[in-house]
Order: sequence, then structure tokens, then C-alpha cells
Amino acid sequence: MLGRAIREQPRIFAVAVTGSVLFGLMVIASAYVVGAVVGKVVVPAVARGSVAGGTLALAAAALFGISVLRVVGIFGRRLGAGYMQYRLQAAYRRRVTRRYLELPLAWHHRNATGTLLSNANSDVEAAWYPIAPLPFAVGTLVMLVGAVVSLFLTDWALALVGLAVFPALFALNVVYSRRMAPRQARAQRLRAEVSGIAHESFDGALVVKTMGREAQETDRFAARAGELRDALIAVGRLRGVFDPMLETLPSLGTLAVLVVGAVRLRQGAISVTELVSVAFLFTVLAFPVRAIGWVLAELPRSVAGWDRVRRVLDATGEMPYGTRTLDPATPTPATLAFHDVHFGYEPAEAHLPGTEVLGEVSFTVPAGRTVALVGPTGAGKSTIASLAVRLVDPRAGTVTVDGVDVRELTAASLTSTVALVAQVPFVFDDTVRANISLDRPGIGDDEVWAALRLAEADGFVAALPDGLDTMVGERGTSLSGGQRQRLTLARALAGRPRLLVLDDATSAVDPRVEAAILAGLRAPAGRTSADPEHRSAAPGPGGGAAASILVVAYRRATIALADEVIYLEHGRVLARGTHAELLATVPGYADLVTAYEQAEQEREQQHTYDEVTPLTSGLEIEVDR
Amino acid sequence: MSARSEPGLRAPQSRAKSDTSSASAEADRPAEATESTWRTLRRGLALSPELRTGLAGTLVLALIYMVGRVAVPVAVQRGIDHGIVGGLDLNVVSLTVIATAAVLVVTTICGYLMMRRLFTVSETALAAVRTRAFRHVHDLSMLHQQSERRGSLVSRVTSDVDQITQFLQWGGVILIVNLGQLVVTTAVMLAYSWQLTLVVLVAFAPAVLVIRLLQRRLAGAYGLVRQRMGALLGTIGESVVGAPVIRAYGIAGRTERRLDKAIEGQRQAQQKAIRISILGSSVGELAAGLALAGVVVVGVNLGVDRTLSIGQLTAFLFLVTLFIQPVQIATEVLNEAQNAIAGWRRVLDVLDVAPDVADPGEQGRELPPGPLDIRFAGVTFAYPGGPPVLHEVAVEIPAKSRVAVVGETGSGKTTFAKLLTRLMDPTEGDVLLSGVPLRDVRFDSLRSRVVMVPQDGFLFDATVGENVRFARPELTDAQLTAAFTELGLADWLDGLPAGLDTAVGERGEALSVGERQLVALARAYVADPDLLVLDEATSAVDPATEVRLQRTLDAVTRGRTTLAIAHRLSTAQAADEVIVVDRGRIVQRGPHDELLRDPDSVYALLYASWLEQTR
Repeated sequence: MLGRAIREQPRIFAVAVTGSVLFGLMVIASAYVVGAVVGKVVVPAVARGSVAGGTLALAAAALFGISVLRVVGIFGRRLGAGYMQYRLQAAYRRRVTRRYLELPLAWHHRNATGTLLSNANSDVEAAWYPIAPLPFAVGTLVMLVGAVVSLFLTDWALALVGLAVFPALFALNVVYSRRMAPRQARAQRLRAEVSGIAHESFDGALVVKTMGREAQETDRFAARAGELRDALIAVGRLRGVFDPMLETLPSLGTLAVLVVGAVRLRQGAISVTELVSVAFLFTVLAFPVRAIGWVLAELPRSVAGWDRVRRVLDATGEMPYGTRTLDPATPTPATLAFHDVHFGYEPAEAHLPGTEVLGEVSFTVPAGRTVALVGPTGAGKSTIASLAVRLVDPRAGTVTVDGVDVRELTAASLTSTVALVAQVPFVFDDTVRANISLDRPGIGDDEVWAALRLAEADGFVAALPDGLDTMVGERGTSLSGGQRQRLTLARALAGRPRLLVLDDATSAVDPRVEAAILAGLRAPAGRTSADPEHRSAAPGPGGGAAASILVVAYRRATIALADEVIYLEHGRVLARGTHAELLATVPGYADLVTAYEQAEQEREQQHTYDEVTPLTSGLEIEVDR
Repeated sequence: MSARSEPGLRAPQSRAKSDTSSASAEADRPAEATESTWRTLRRGLALSPELRTGLAGTLVLALIYMVGRVAVPVAVQRGIDHGIVGGLDLNVVSLTVIATAAVLVVTTICGYLMMRRLFTVSETALAAVRTRAFRHVHDLSMLHQQSERRGSLVSRVTSDVDQITQFLQWGGVILIVNLGQLVVTTAVMLAYSWQLTLVVLVAFAPAVLVIRLLQRRLAGAYGLVRQRMGALLGTIGESVVGAPVIRAYGIAGRTERRLDKAIEGQRQAQQKAIRISILGSSVGELAAGLALAGVVVVGVNLGVDRTLSIGQLTAFLFLVTLFIQPVQIATEVLNEAQNAIAGWRRVLDVLDVAPDVADPGEQGRELPPGPLDIRFAGVTFAYPGGPPVLHEVAVEIPAKSRVAVVGETGSGKTTFAKLLTRLMDPTEGDVLLSGVPLRDVRFDSLRSRVVMVPQDGFLFDATVGENVRFARPELTDAQLTAAFTELGLADWLDGLPAGLDTAVGERGEALSVGERQLVALARAYVADPDLLVLDEATSAVDPATEVRLQRTLDAVTRGRTTLAIAHRLSTAQAADEVIVVDRGRIVQRGPHDELLRDPDSVYALLYASWLEQTR
């Protein structure tokens, strides 16, 4: 993996390593220069009792010159390493997010939002973490080899001291990293758990408060925070053991050099210059050796992060678009048809069976008509809406728009023909204008306002502090649920779709406002007599041209506007016809849409017997959903 | 010159870790400090007196540990002066070395003991602060909880505290040790030669000034990194959560551009920060070179005059190395310290917010036993800085009655419920239960007798049984099953894959919205309150499910005083009495049928609209 990093950014890595090697060599050089200055300049000068100006200036220049070269090395190494790390992170963030956009919704459904977020964020970051110290580590290895070679060139006895100290230092670092990694991982895991408890507990703050469970929640949190504390103390203790040892070891090496050096000096094998040089070398080498330890320490985390990133990059199942286009010159309503469509979700976990959500679904929304999809919660209505705009593909069967399989259409043709307004409105952290136009061509302010009018959203948008330029905040938090729904509705209308799919898209809108919106939508289609005021106020999508509408609905007012109703249960079309027909012939349908009246009737009876009815009677619950 | 200190390499690692954890929470927070560092430290120490436990001992250990750092230069000086240059004497060298080695062993052990004490004390104190802040957030009023973004409250007890502990584990020790090192090194240098010490200080003075300047710029640069990171996380989150919209509208290209811009922006910020950081360590490095050159030039002259020995001069070269470390590390560590202090300040700020809806505690009163009646006496409520939401509401509701509160969105009906459960206190007037003002009621009494079922029926990531037991932990499985049976939900419970042991998933999302409501109702039922406040939310369920929920509700509410905030008028129809709220005032009150008699009344209009939608 580190090899991949080097392959991807070879030049910048070369710069970083060159800088690092230069730095390493200068560290060795500095030791020898200091030795030389002491042995060749200071000792003779003191012995002579006079200063040789030229030699002294040379010594000072050498010391400062080496400093400058080291700065150059530091610049190359750190800048190179940093840029490399950041470039790789950015490149892989781009790749991962590209992949998110390419992968089908089915894949998105299988993966938690939090996981996808951390894949693109912390996992990418972790994957390229060891890149920062890597050039330093490479440079240090070169430096160590250089140091040992120079030691042997100086004196074999001092070299043996070096051969004892440097490997020991290296080994100590490796052991440290090895033992630290699991402790750090444990602390990291506990940090996530502590954060998880806090998230959940604060999310449910209202329940905690109203049930008076603050003390118990605090105990739950304190227990995990205590584990984290112990884990962090364990990390700290390990640090306490190794940090002072890593610092002391080279010092002991320097002391050994003094003794061995003194012996060799007496034997006449070395000079004072060499003794001081080696002693200094031991002092300055200690720190860089630790860089190797850091690379090793980060490797397990890096590999884990990389594995998770790979999983995203290697995921398959794109939904490629086709090449056919529908004739855009005819802005007439489109015809939507489902032919024997089957659909099922992949199991969330491997041991669970996949579920079939839809089976043998066939129906048509004729051009310019409004069709309502009705059924109990979980009947598959939203799935049909998703299939109609090709958010997902059927397991079997085909979905066609104007007779063309949606899988054969180009992205541009598909999205300009059909539009979906989802049950849960999604608003981008952007201006109102951008949220509605989405930078699609041909949608200027006039079109945006027209769509807002049609969605009954022009009033509140006009009242916003900056009108269309108002930022709506993350996930639209500054707007009410109903306002968000109306914005997303306007977004769909602004594109002048020829087929509009509304998935219970007005549930958070006040009933009276909803009635007005529906009447407005209905007006351009010209099927029913709608409020004439609205007809004149809103030109309608497509400037008077009509759209076909597929609407998922519970409210009877909504259903009443439909030309035809399709009644679904357990993913199958149970009946279709007008509202009146279904009410008369399909008991399940009648039960669903008249639930309120039935409840009311029961209540009337219950009131009569209220005084004598024991608690548990009259409470038979319809258990099937 | 030294390579022992290479601060820039390690610091970015530990910083990057804390960056990601707190980036989103801090994205919109200015980097500037709002109060002095010392004030924060004083406040923090006042709040965590245990941080001072054995502090003197720890500092003594730290001081001994620091002495170890100057041991080698001193040994080099003594060895050279007394055993090598002035006539070779192996005994002197050996003795010096053995003595120094012994000192090093002692200082190493002291270093271990110092860190051990430091980490144990600080982590223990911070875990306590973390837990206290957690409890405090729960004690804050709902109003305050809502005014803060929930994510930022979470980061008060997570990433902010993490930032402090991470700093202490790495930067904190370095800061202590290096400050000490600076002092000890300077002392030893002065002992050898004041002239050379002056040379070193003069060489470093400009570097210190430049580094101070850079440090301020670096703090700004890191602030920008965090801000861009927050923006990046937001954009990625949007592309993940909004995937269906992006697909449905074919705007992958637009999204890619937004993502690329955020990714690139964050990279640029990181690169800018690292450039400043490198500049800082380079300046330190150059100063070290300058100091060494100066020491040699001046030192040789002093040596010739016999005011300085060769050993002392050599030791000085080693000491300069020790002097440069703290200066170089300063830019990075001080920056980390500032982040940690800022984190600490944010935690303290949360702890400093006095809960505005406080438990009267021991002096408080118990609610009288039996069903509770309700009285609003001249209650006015306004959100801070906003216009009144409720105007002088006066209403009495007898015990055991079932009342629905209806009104348009924004009419003030939800405020009614929040005041009744004392999630907020009225701006004026009093809410009384059976004659006792709510402000005087002890929380344990209030919370056990008055229960609210909130709109979203929040469930914890546990089993169905554990969620219901949340209200009364002592209940057995048999009692829970009996409760479900009493609610007419036995069949539903049997239909679950593992009955009471069925896991409900994160936020209860393994259950349908209607099922979550059922569990929330069961939870309220076993709490057995005398006053039940329902804030119903059934907009996402089909009418049949809603009716079923309604029947369960009937069972739950029987025999108790019940106040239901009704968004759907089917609830109002079922109530004994309806209270109609309009623009913060009660405009109508009475049974459903009576209220309908006036066809122009607020209620009649609401009902007509409701009928239009459902019939």
C-alpha cells in the first residue's frame, strides 16, 4: 500500500526522500564538524594561547552552513511528505465520493450513512497517515547506515558501541509501537462508544427528561467513560515506561563512548576530535530513529482504513444509463407503464432472507391522467415510486415511459421527463434558488418563482430575509417540515416534467394548503374543475402543457382527484378502478379509507357502554398492518 | 544543532486526530479565544480540585527527570576537563560515567513515576468532568437543549474532552518537560559561562519573536483547516443522504463539482498550515546554527583567555542542542495547548449554564396522591427574545378528564404541553397540579406522576422490553407481557421475531413508525402516571394504523387525567373536551359536538378542513 502511494506521487516522494536523506547526512556531518571544531580549532587554540582567525571563521561558517543545509532538508522532507499525504487524501476522497454517486441506491441502502461518511473521511485519512513520517523513516534508515559506516571508519571499538546502542534503540521503538497499537485501538473504540451513548442519550433527551431517567443515563455514560479513562491511563503508563527509556538509552550510549573513547585515546587509536564527534553523533541520532517507530505504529490503522476504502472502490452494481432519448420537442404528458414488475431488497445481513417487496405489478398511467396508489403502510407504494423514476431497477419485468424501457434512456432524457417528490423532503445546504433550479439549464428566476407559486411556497419564500438567496441551512433545519415539502415540490415542478411522481409528498403540509396545491397541480392537466383563481395564478408546469401524475396518497381529498386508483396490499395490485368502484367492491380498500368513520362509529357505541365496560374489552386491535 | 527534536513531524499527527473528531462541531466557531487562558485554567482547576492531588510531588519528580537531560553534557565536560585533555585519567572518566549513569537511572524512574501520576490524576479528573457535563446537559431545560445544535452538545462531552486528554498525553508532558529543560539548561549554561549564555540568548531572540508571530498565524491556519473540514463533512454527508435526489434529478455532475471544491479547499488549507509550521521549525534550526557558530567564536576567545575550559566549551555545544528543542517545539505544542484550552473552555461554559428549569430538590413538595387536576393561572410564555406564544392563559381541567388541545401550526398548543410537564417555565403566571405550583414540585415526584409521550416516540437501541422497562427498571418480563396484553397488544408482541427481546435498532428504526409509537405508549403505560400528556404524531402512518394507535391510547388514558395535543382531529372527537388554541389564546372550549354548533368558529373551520381531507 505504501508502494501504491509512492507510485501515485513518485516525484513528490522523491523530493521528500531527498530532503530527508540530505537532512540525515547533515546530522552526521554536524557531529563530525563539531568534533573537528573542538579537536582541530579549540584544543590547538587553547594550547597555543592564540586564536587563528581564519580557521575560526571557517569553523563558524561550517556550523552555520550545515544548519542551512539541514533547513533545506527539512523543507524538502516535510513539505514533500505533507503535500503527498494531503494530495493522496484528496485524490482518494474524490474517488470514494465519485463511487458513491455511481453506485446504485440499493447499495446505499445496505450501508449506514455513518459508515459511508467515515469511509470518505477518517478511513481515507487513516489509510494515508503513515505517509507523513515515511520519508523521514527512509531518510533515517539511510542515516543509520551512514552513521554505522562512519563509526567503523573512525574506530572499530566505538562502532561496536554504536552497533549495541542503535539496534537496541530500534528494537525498543518496535516493541513500543507494537504494544501501543492495541491500547490505542481500544481507547479509540471506547471513544466511539462514549460518543455513541452521548449521541443517543441527547437524541432521546425528551424521553429521558419526561421519564426522569437522568441519573440512570448518567450512570450508563459514566460506566463507559470510566472504561475509557482506564484505557487512557493504560496508554499513559506505557508512554511513561517507554518515553524516558527511549531518551535515556542514547545518553547511556554517549557515556559508553566516553569510557571506550578514553581507553582508545590512551591506546592512541583515536583523537579528541573523533571522540567528541562520536559522542555528539549519539546525542543527535536518537530522535530520528523514533520516526521508524511511528510508521510502524500507524500501519495497522492504515491497513484497516485502506481495507474499508477499497470496499467502496471495489463495490459493483452501477446502474448505467442507456442511449435512447425521448423526443423533447413534444412537451406532452408521458405515459408510464409497469409490465409484470417484481422487486426485492437484498438482505441487510447475510443470514436474513431477502424480501420480495413487489410481485406481478402491472398498470398504466395514461398520458395526462392522474393515478393514485393506495395501500396500507409497507404495501410497496414507495418502491413503485422509486421504480417509476428509475432510482432502482426491477428484479424482473419492465418499466416503460412512452413505450421505452427506462433502462434504455439517457440520464438527461430520463431526468427531464420524470420527476419524483419523495416522502421525506431533502434540502441541500444552499440557497433557495439553487435548491429549486439545481443548476439545471433553462431554469431562471422566473421559472423558479412560477414553480414556487404552484407549490404554494411563493408566500413564505418571499417573506424570507434574502428571498431566493436565503441559505436554507443543513438539511433545511431553518424551515418547517411543510415548507421543506413545498420546496421539494417546487423543485420537481421547475423541471417541467412530463410525468410527476408524488410519494405522499404533502403529508406535513396543512390540509388546507395541501388542497390548494393539489388543485393547482390538477389545473394544468385540465381533467377536473379546479379553482379558477389558481389556474390564472399559476401557469403550470410546462407553460400550460400538462403532466401525468402518479400519486401515493392516504388522504381522501387527494384520492378524489385521481382518475383511477390502484389498490396495493403486500406488494401486489389487488384492485384498480375509480374511488367509488373500489369503495363498493374492495373491502380492504374501504376499511383503509373509511377508518376514521369506522372509529367514530365505534366510539359512539363505546360511549353508550362506557360506564360498564371493563378495561380490556373493546380493545381488540387489528394486528395486521 | 540537533535532530533530537523534530516537533513538526509528530505534532501534525496528534493534531489531525483531534481535528477529525471535532471538525464538524467546531466548523462555525471562530478560532479566537474569548477569555484569557489563565482564567480558563483557574476555572477548570476550581471545578476539578482533584487535578491538584499530589501536584507538588509530580512537579518534584518532573524536576528530577529534567536534571537527567543535562547530565550528559555535564559528564562530557567533567570527563574531558579532568580525565582526557588535562592528562588522560581513566579512573576519573569511569567514575564520572558511572555516577552519571546512576543519575540517569534515577531520573528515568522519576520520569516514569511523574508520567504515571500525571496521567492517572488528569484522566480521572477529566472523566469526572466528562460525566458531570453529560449530566448537566440533561439537566438543562429543553429550551436550552434545543437552542444548541445537538451535535455540538455531544462534542462537549466527547471531542472537546478528548482534545484535552490527547493534549495532556502528548503535548502536555512535552510542554512541562521542555519548559523545565529550558530553565535547567539555562542554569547550567550560566554556571559555565555567562558570556556564552548571552551569545545563545541573543542568537535565539529573533527566532523567538518570529515564532511567536508564526504561532498566531498557525492558529488561524489550523482554524481554517477545521472549518474547511466541517464544510467537507457537510458536503459529503449531503451527497450520501441526498443520493436519491441526486439520482432522480441527474445532478451527479453538480454534486461532483461541489465535492471537489470542498475537498480541494480543505487540502489547500492543510497545505497552508504545514507551510507555516515548517517555517517555524526552520527559523529555530537557523537560530541553533547561529548560536553554535557564535558559541565557537566567542568560546575559543574565552578559552584562549583561560576563562573557559575545553570541556566546558564542548558541553556548551551539547547544551545549545538542548536549548533549541523547547524553542522549536513551542510553535506546535503551544498551538495544541490552545486547542485543548479552547476545548476545556467550551466544556466549562456548558457547566456554567445554570439550569433555568431547576429541581427544587429537598425543599420541594410532593404531588398529592390520586388523579391530578390542572390549573393554568394567568400563564404567559415567550421564547427568549421572541413575542409571547401564549397570552395570559387561564384554564382549569378536572382530574380524570380527557382533554384534547387543537389549533393551527404555531398556535401555541405544543407550548401548552411543555409547560404542563415543566420542560419550560412560564414567563408569567403559574401552572398548578392539584393546587401545587409546578415550580415547587420535586422532580422525582413530578416525573413519576406526570409522563409525556413525545411526538417522535424515541426508542433506544435496545430490545422492546428494555425500552418499555426504561420507565420502570424493576419490572419483570412477565409484568411487561401483562402490560402489553392489557393494552390489547399481545398479538402484536407475539408477532415480533423475538417478542420482548426483539432489538429495535438505532432510534428504533427496525420497527415501523406505528410500531415505535406502540412501544412508546406501552412505556408510558407501565410508568403508570396520574397525568398523561400526549403529543401525537401519526402523519406518517396509514389511517388503519392510526385508528389502532388510537385504541391503544384509549386503554392507556383510561382513569387518568389526559391532555392530548391533537394534530389530527379524530383525536379531538374522542376526547371528553376540546380546548381550541388560536394565536396564543384559548378561544373555545367544550365537547366536540358543542363546539361544532357555531359554524363560523375556529374549531368548525378546522374540522371542515379536516373532513375535506379525510372523507
